[in-house]
Amino acid sequence: MGISLDEIRHVAKLARLDLDEGEMVALQSNLNALLGHFEELKSVDVSGIIPTSHAVPLENVWAEDVPRPGLPREQVLRNSGLHRAGLFVVPQILED
Amino acid sequence: MEILDLTASELAAKVQARELSARAVVDAHLGEIERRDARIGAFLTVDPERVRAEADAIQARVDAGEALPLAGVPVAIKDNISTEGIATTCASKILRGYVPPYDATVIQQVRAAGGIVIGKTNLDEFAMGASTETSAYHLTRNPWDLERSPGGSSGGSAAAVAAGFAPLSLGSDTGGSIRQPASLCGIVGFKPTYGRASRYGLVAFGSSLDQIGPFGNTVTDVARLAAATTGHDPLDSTSLQTPPIDLSQLEDGRLAGLRIAVPDEMLGDATEPGVRAVIEAVIARAIAAGATVDRVSIPSIKLGVTTYYIIAPAEASSNLGRFDGIRYGPRPDNAAAKGHIGLVEQAREHGFGPEVKTRIMIGTYALSAGYYDAYYLRAQQVRAVMRQEFEGIFHRYDVVLGPTSPCVAFRIGDLNDDPLAMKLLDACTIPANMGGFPAISLNGGFADGLPVGVQLMGPVLADEELLRIARALERELPDASRRAPRT
Repeated sequence: MGISLDEIRHVAKLARLDLDEGEMVALQSNLNALLGHFEELKSVDVSGIIPTSHAVPLENVWAEDVPRPGLPREQVLRNSGLHRAGLFVVPQILED
Repeated sequence: MEILDLTASELAAKVQARELSARAVVDAHLGEIERRDARIGAFLTVDPERVRAEADAIQARVDAGEALPLAGVPVAIKDNISTEGIATTCASKILRGYVPPYDATVIQQVRAAGGIVIGKTNLDEFAMGASTETSAYHLTRNPWDLERSPGGSSGGSAAAVAAGFAPLSLGSDTGGSIRQPASLCGIVGFKPTYGRASRYGLVAFGSSLDQIGPFGNTVTDVARLAAATTGHDPLDSTSLQTPPIDLSQLEDGRLAGLRIAVPDEMLGDATEPGVRAVIEAVIARAIAAGATVDRVSIPSIKLGVTTYYIIAPAEASSNLGRFDGIRYGPRPDNAAAKGHIGLVEQAREHGFGPEVKTRIMIGTYALSAGYYDAYYLRAQQVRAVMRQEFEGIFHRYDVVLGPTSPCVAFRIGDLNDDPLAMKLLDACTIPANMGGFPAISLNGGFADGLPVGVQLMGPVLADEELLRIARALERELPDASRRAPRT
């Protein structure tokens, strides 16, 4: 069971990557090689094992809900390729 | 003795005693970078004027009587650690020209301790790789042999120390990215327990695995930088409520009576004979010094690479979602017509290199509907098994010892054809990230003239004990302090 080119196209869309055809073919072959290797995980008996999502046990960390100064606006905008009137400029999102 | 031959600890002592000026120290290192970095390629950014100004500021503090553990010591910084006012690119085109508006916590800590940021070092793009070859900017070469890779992903930070450009550097380690290049470059590299160093300002790759840590020529130097860059940070909610690493008993470690476990899985056929021979010799020295060494089996080590290459890309695919070309990074010119999503897709398509795209795709796939249970959930279960197996070993042994890397430095380009070959090199280093364990690599000896790192791994929060053991082992290893030729 390999990953199809259609699946690559779908995953690329989810990942917001505008891949060209050549990249998709290369990724299909790469991902299939890796997924083939991943099959070895099926050899482990994991019944009853609680999955671990972190390196060390952690508990929720709470912070007091008090305002504190953020970065100055001009510093935050400085790295943007396009900003106007103190705002990031993006293409129109809603239809007319 | 020449400035470049001094350890970080010696340099700090001399600057503190005002036998050397901070300016003289940075000038010596800047000169060496100027002379030789065109051949090595360790750095992405060096700003000599800024470095000299930082040195003068440190000098003023020393002159005012402030006691500084890193007084005047140059520290090279991996270019995925944010530095206010200094470009931070992650060796990716998608962050070309990005200048952070703030410092990472570790950078503030380096400066507070009197250290000087001498430059930003090359890495695999977004720290994804084991050779520094996936950098979008240039290659980094191994100071022991310029035809070979320094390892990765913190290859620039390792090469900078091995080449004598800086006595200390910082890297990040998600699956071995500090320890493996330390091994290949013949220096010391340390990954602290997960959560001991703040990740605030480290550009995230695999958030449950990433940890910042130091490189240096000696265990003592590395411990000194680790002490300066650890401790609780309220800005990183995964940072542990523990004090900075304590150096006071660093010299008190003894190999006599130490219980060492050596996993069979780290010395199998996948490990080069030359590497095995060095590790066997290190084991013989440890036994001669009074340690008990047992061969053990930790079966999950064999599944580490697979588990890692599901979990790390899954986390990366989420973390790298923030790179959209809107708030930072080059913005595509012609994408406006395709709407907001089109703009983001184009920024990412042109900004990320092939290895990063591959990992984003693996991670997105592993997390997508229908595959989550088969890949991500199962990988997290195997991660739990791995942690349990190692914790079982740490009940009976003080430390796990083995090779850091199954091979010595490989030739640049040699491992790029097979998508799996490079990834399999992480087998010995991945367990420490999976379990959050502290681990250190120091030079155990040489195979065919190339350094072979020996890795020591201890239980969570045993950082001090691990550093003491590494220091004790270092005393028994005649090659541990050998430095690369300055060619």
